[in-house]
Amino acid sequence: MERIPILKMGRFLLVSIQVDMHDRLALQLQDDLTTRIAETGAQGVLIDISALEMVDSFIGRMLGNIAAMSSVLDARTVVVGMRPAVAITLVELGMSLPGVQTALDIEKGMELLAAVSG
Amino acid sequence: MADSRLSEIIRANEADILSSWMSSQLQSLVTRRELLSEADLHRESRDFLAALSRAASQGGVVEITSPSYAAVRDFLASLSASRARQGFSPSETATFVFSLKQPLFTQIRKSTTDVHALADETWAATVLLDKLGLFTAEMFQKTREQLIITQQQEMLELSTPVVTLWKGILALPLIGTLDSARTQVVMENLLQRIVETGSAIAILDITGVPTVDTLVAQHLLKTVAAARLMGADCIISGIRPQIAQTIVHLGVELNTVTTKATLADAFAVALKRLDLRVTNGQAATAAPAPAPARAANGAAETTGV
Repeated sequence: MERIPILKMGRFLLVSIQVDMHDRLALQLQDDLTTRIAETGAQGVLIDISALEMVDSFIGRMLGNIAAMSSVLDARTVVVGMRPAVAITLVELGMSLPGVQTALDIEKGMELLAAVSG
Repeated sequence: MADSRLSEIIRANEADILSSWMSSQLQSLVTRRELLSEADLHRESRDFLAALSRAASQGGVVEITSPSYAAVRDFLASLSASRARQGFSPSETATFVFSLKQPLFTQIRKSTTDVHALADETWAATVLLDKLGLFTAEMFQKTREQLIITQQQEMLELSTPVVTLWKGILALPLIGTLDSARTQVVMENLLQRIVETGSAIAILDITGVPTVDTLVAQHLLKTVAAARLMGADCIISGIRPQIAQTIVHLGVELNTVTTKATLADAFAVALKRLDLRVTNGQAATAAPAPAPARAANGAAETTGV
């Protein structure tokens, strides 16, 4: 079964979503990521969704959930590289993900993570 | 009415009808002579009369939707379209057809002495010309509507420019009422430019938005939320005093967004967030400035700190 790789970079975890998300993959990611945060004691999670072209309300909610769960485990989540079409879809669905921090690209996301996690 | 002699009458007296019709048209168009030359009008009138006579001989004189009137309808459609573009009024355009009545009736009167036949013939001609006149007015209206739709689309495209104020700072001066269709265009343009330029700050200037109601505010907040999802911060500027009052009266929550009174204030905030500074050229020269590269005119320069 395919999985989304979770890479460790210093104090942070890097998740790059390169395939179309379906519901089971999203749940698997949620599971894997919380496990890895607990194992590594990571202080921040960077989720790159620049290759993600389609979202539905479930994926949107999952992004919010992952941020909330990471926050419980004391890791900040930054979502980077969201495409315009995806952003518009999420807003039209009424999901503006208030608990999630965002950045334009990985570089800015890393700076933001470094700033917020001290 | 199939045995109407209208076509016969027109054919027999074409020259007379044409000349008196022309003079009555020229009289009513006396102020519009610069838009339409007499030669053009003469040609149009002659063509119309010929088409009408042909149609009346084939298809009777009452039903203008029948195939035999197709040529007449096409002629009137193109005529009213060109009149609409030239700036004639609807009544001036319809007068083209209605002014034919008098010369035509004169010829009908001359053609018969029987009172009943005269009345029937006149009535048939009136009905026919009324229908053609109304058709002309309708076509005129259609052309105008088409023009309006085209202009609306052009305005939509023109009215949403996204400008780069500085590296990393975009500005979006909004002019005109913000409805759903425009919000969509604005949002798409802005987000696309954010991706292209990698800008982290976008200033939405609503100085040119005449009224802000709950719907407009909701559209603004949607745009801000979408930009934030992509990782760009929005500042709303150009809020006039009346609009500030309206927003509070309506109970719209703009707390989540930075708002500034003028675009200049918003730009200052944006520069501050990017850790940039505008200094006076002379002051910078007087102080031992560490930055070696300065703007040549020295009027304003920006230095990373």
